[in-house]
Amino acid sequence: MSAVTEVPSKLSPPPGRAGGRKRGGLNEAHGRWASYLITPSLVILGVVIGYPVVSAIIMSFQKDAGLDKATGLFVAGGFAGFSNYAHWLLQQCVSTTGVTSACPPGNLGAQFWNAFGTTFFFTAVTVVLETVIGMWMALIMNRAFRGRGLVRAAILVPWAIPTAVTAKLWYFIFAFNGILNSVLGAKILWTSDEWAAKFAIIIADTWKTTPFMALLILAGLQLIPEEVYEAGVMDGASTVQRFFQLTLPLVRPALMVAILFRVLDALRMFDLPQILTGGGGGTGNATTTLSILVVDQIRQGFNSASALSTITFLVIFIVAFLFVRFLGANVVQTQANQQKGVLK
Amino acid sequence: MVRTVISALVIVLWCIAPFYWMIVTAFRDVGFTYDTTPWPTHVTLANFETAFSTALGNHLGQAMLNSLFIGATVTVVALLFGISAAYALARLEFKGKGIISGAILAASMFPGVALITPLFQLFTNIGWMGTYQALIIPSISFALPLTVYTLTSFLREMPWDLEEAARIDGCTRVQAFRRVIMPLAAPAVFTTAILAFISSWNEYLISSQLSSDATQPVTVAIAGFAGSQPHVEPYTAIMAAGTIVTVPLVILVLIFQRRIVAGLTAGGVKG
Amino acid sequence: MKKFRLVSAAGIAVIGLALAGCSSGSPSGGSSGGPAGANLDSHGPITYVQGKDNSNVVRPLVDKWNAAHPTEKVTFKEQSDQADQQHDDLVQHFQAKDPNYDVVDVDVVWTAEFAAKGWLTPLTGKMKLDTTGLFPSAVKTATYNKTLFAAPQTSDGGMLYYRTDLVKTPPKTWDEMMSMCSIAKSAGIACYAGQFAKYEGLTVNASEAINGAGGSVLAADGVTPTLTSADAVKGLSLLADAFKNGNIPAEAITYQEEQGRIAFESGKLMFLRNWPYVYGLAKSDGSSVVKDTFAVAPLPGLTGTGASTLGGHNAAISVYSKHKATARDFLTFLESAETQKFFATQGSLAPVRTSLYDDADLIAKLPYLPTLKESILNAIPRPVSPFYPAVTKAIEDNAYSALKGDKSVKQALTDMQAAIKAATS
Repeated sequence: MSAVTEVPSKLSPPPGRAGGRKRGGLNEAHGRWASYLITPSLVILGVVIGYPVVSAIIMSFQKDAGLDKATGLFVAGGFAGFSNYAHWLLQQCVSTTGVTSACPPGNLGAQFWNAFGTTFFFTAVTVVLETVIGMWMALIMNRAFRGRGLVRAAILVPWAIPTAVTAKLWYFIFAFNGILNSVLGAKILWTSDEWAAKFAIIIADTWKTTPFMALLILAGLQLIPEEVYEAGVMDGASTVQRFFQLTLPLVRPALMVAILFRVLDALRMFDLPQILTGGGGGTGNATTTLSILVVDQIRQGFNSASALSTITFLVIFIVAFLFVRFLGANVVQTQANQQKGVLK
Repeated sequence: MVRTVISALVIVLWCIAPFYWMIVTAFRDVGFTYDTTPWPTHVTLANFETAFSTALGNHLGQAMLNSLFIGATVTVVALLFGISAAYALARLEFKGKGIISGAILAASMFPGVALITPLFQLFTNIGWMGTYQALIIPSISFALPLTVYTLTSFLREMPWDLEEAARIDGCTRVQAFRRVIMPLAAPAVFTTAILAFISSWNEYLISSQLSSDATQPVTVAIAGFAGSQPHVEPYTAIMAAGTIVTVPLVILVLIFQRRIVAGLTAGGVKG
Repeated sequence: MKKFRLVSAAGIAVIGLALAGCSSGSPSGGSSGGPAGANLDSHGPITYVQGKDNSNVVRPLVDKWNAAHPTEKVTFKEQSDQADQQHDDLVQHFQAKDPNYDVVDVDVVWTAEFAAKGWLTPLTGKMKLDTTGLFPSAVKTATYNKTLFAAPQTSDGGMLYYRTDLVKTPPKTWDEMMSMCSIAKSAGIACYAGQFAKYEGLTVNASEAINGAGGSVLAADGVTPTLTSADAVKGLSLLADAFKNGNIPAEAITYQEEQGRIAFESGKLMFLRNWPYVYGLAKSDGSSVVKDTFAVAPLPGLTGTGASTLGGHNAAISVYSKHKATARDFLTFLESAETQKFFATQGSLAPVRTSLYDDADLIAKLPYLPTLKESILNAIPRPVSPFYPAVTKAIEDNAYSALKGDKSVKQALTDMQAAIKAATS
């Protein structure tokens, strides 16, 4: 996790022990400043996110309430050990008599790995599409031409429409007797066929979120000094060369942050599949994501849902860690070298 | 140049096409909701009246004010917190930086749907249910990780030797930051502000459970629209409301973009 | 070198909060000494909680009540229009022991779950409610563990909408209906559709098929699944076969209530299983081309009139209410013939009082009432189970696979049986 943030800006001395020993006084002042500056953020995140995460972890080790046959009332389930986790990861269901067996289809436990795969599929496809299209949009918006204002306004539209409305809009568009089938002259079951349903969600998500990518990349592009391009043009670099050798390395920090957050969001995708398909399609659960599974399980038992939330959290944590560790570190280094080469 | 214009046209079409259908539906008579004629037919303004009709229990007008207020507060606070945290991460050396930045990022990893119940109980215990702060504080924390990371990545690109020069000239750390770095970072800060504002503007899951009639944002108000009968989805009214809340927002962002960026840059030149 | 102490401080704060909040997270049992028996004689202002008041029925009723009861005023708290959210909103408030949710409107399928969680006041002893004159099936949905926990408020039953220009007399049995599909075919339209998308409506339709063939989802004990019976197989096969041979069009797998209604109103469908709300809209919608060419009939079963699945809502009193005596009086008010009639005239909602279905005034306004009465009299409630969310999920998932032909009907029912067992034991 530390790789991105610990890489020094090109003008400050390297952090860590070496720098600390030499400049202990300065570091102490820095530490005090840093604690003033960061505390507000940490406090608010601790209350809103930290507290639910910790309570979810505690609850995930409790069994869900069981029914007392005599009174017909639910009673607290007691300590569960890791059985809630086994329920998801090993797809095990435990009966009252203590017999463990594989969860049958129609039980949420049986859907974990399927939802896991679906979630990663959606994440991979939407993030790649959004990055490529977003980069293209940003490059166009960064050029000077008549009507640039119109393009900027248009790009804001998909993103400014509240998600709750967007999902309804796409559901309406993708209806069997809806406008899309009517315009295409097709009879596609957008909310039911396995691949049609998956692509319906991918199309809707890409449409909705590409502007996010485009805006962040554009902000990165705008920080690049004009002279860099002019130098590139004078060197006689082609458009493609300029993109890969100048533009891409320079916007990389912004791009990486954008991709990182898109990955985190996509791995928690909920609204669109919930409203468009209800998680259905294909043989029944082709578009069920991990978050949809969490919501379904919350209605059936909160402790087991807490285990699933915790698993989801850990999975995303690992993905983010790998992302920052391997892509992040590499990126910033190239970036630093590149700038030295070009700017000085 | 021609290629740029063609690309721009494609982008505009892609972004606008579904929105076009939204507008067509918004102006269509409710009895013809599912008509698939691609251009406006059965045009009426009734859906807009429905969207604002408090007699039908729709509180769109109040909700727009609520969303604006919540969004503005979230943006300001998230930016203040975000800029200071980002400054520390990008500019200062201290131990535990990796852990801190990891913890901030980790806040974006827990399924949002699982936050509702604990937050509901927390806010009930302290009597905050249905208040503005119960909606604002979660929204700030959803926007914060992105704000901090975006700003950190941008701030790291700033020419810090200028700041050092300003400090040698006698500026304090804060003055140097405000006069030298802020103007240069303006586009990035503004982009981050839009990201924060729209993330709050779009928030639905938490608000749907924690807001009251008086404080509900537009997302909740629109989801609360009811058809004339059970099962009937009031698409025309939803699309009308969607149009109403989207168009001003886009215009507002465009105006602000010019004014703010221009203002900050001008200030920078002077300072 | 200065250590960054903040992390640990924040960490401790967070854990402290978590522990403080933990106790309120565990489920509460409402045993005799608990909140269920408190405040039974207490009068005072109360709040009534219900989903969106679509046709402005509740507000006038509340105004009327308030005029007559100035010291026991009712405040109306309106929830969203979506059933799932209404459910979750109620759960959150019950978990927080909110005393301001006095009388709550619950979908018939949530009653058992809420009762078993100890959140609903049993309507016994001082709280006893007279249920004579109500549909017995509606009373059943409000009864859990042999105790009445809620007052049936509105009902709902499925009906068969058919095209009078294509079919002279409506089909009495499923086979008869299927044999009429050739008429639809030569007219170039689809024959039959219900609600088959993967959501609650599929549970409704699959249960109707199974019940209509003499099968059942759960045994009388409300716990043991009975889905592997020959009758259940026969029932679900009717739907699966109709999908296979095209009597149900392929697109019906995406249909909820509205998509079916639109197909029917645009003249693309000959038979439609739907709720009474379609009647008024198909008569009045600008885009409806069947305004004068449709009628309703009871659902067809395997050998005679089918068994509709029962819809509707019940009103219940929260155990955390501070003014239960007033709450109980308000239930009686909701139940009264006068209020029930207002539900029908103002909101086209199906009353729970049988006598109203023979009321000439009402029939003049809602001509489908006699058909609806027959539907509700033959209706079977969905399983009254505290594990209903898991039961309906098991039915939806497996019925969906069977209808799409991804799984044999037999296998689907076996899996359904196993999934219900796993969830409810």
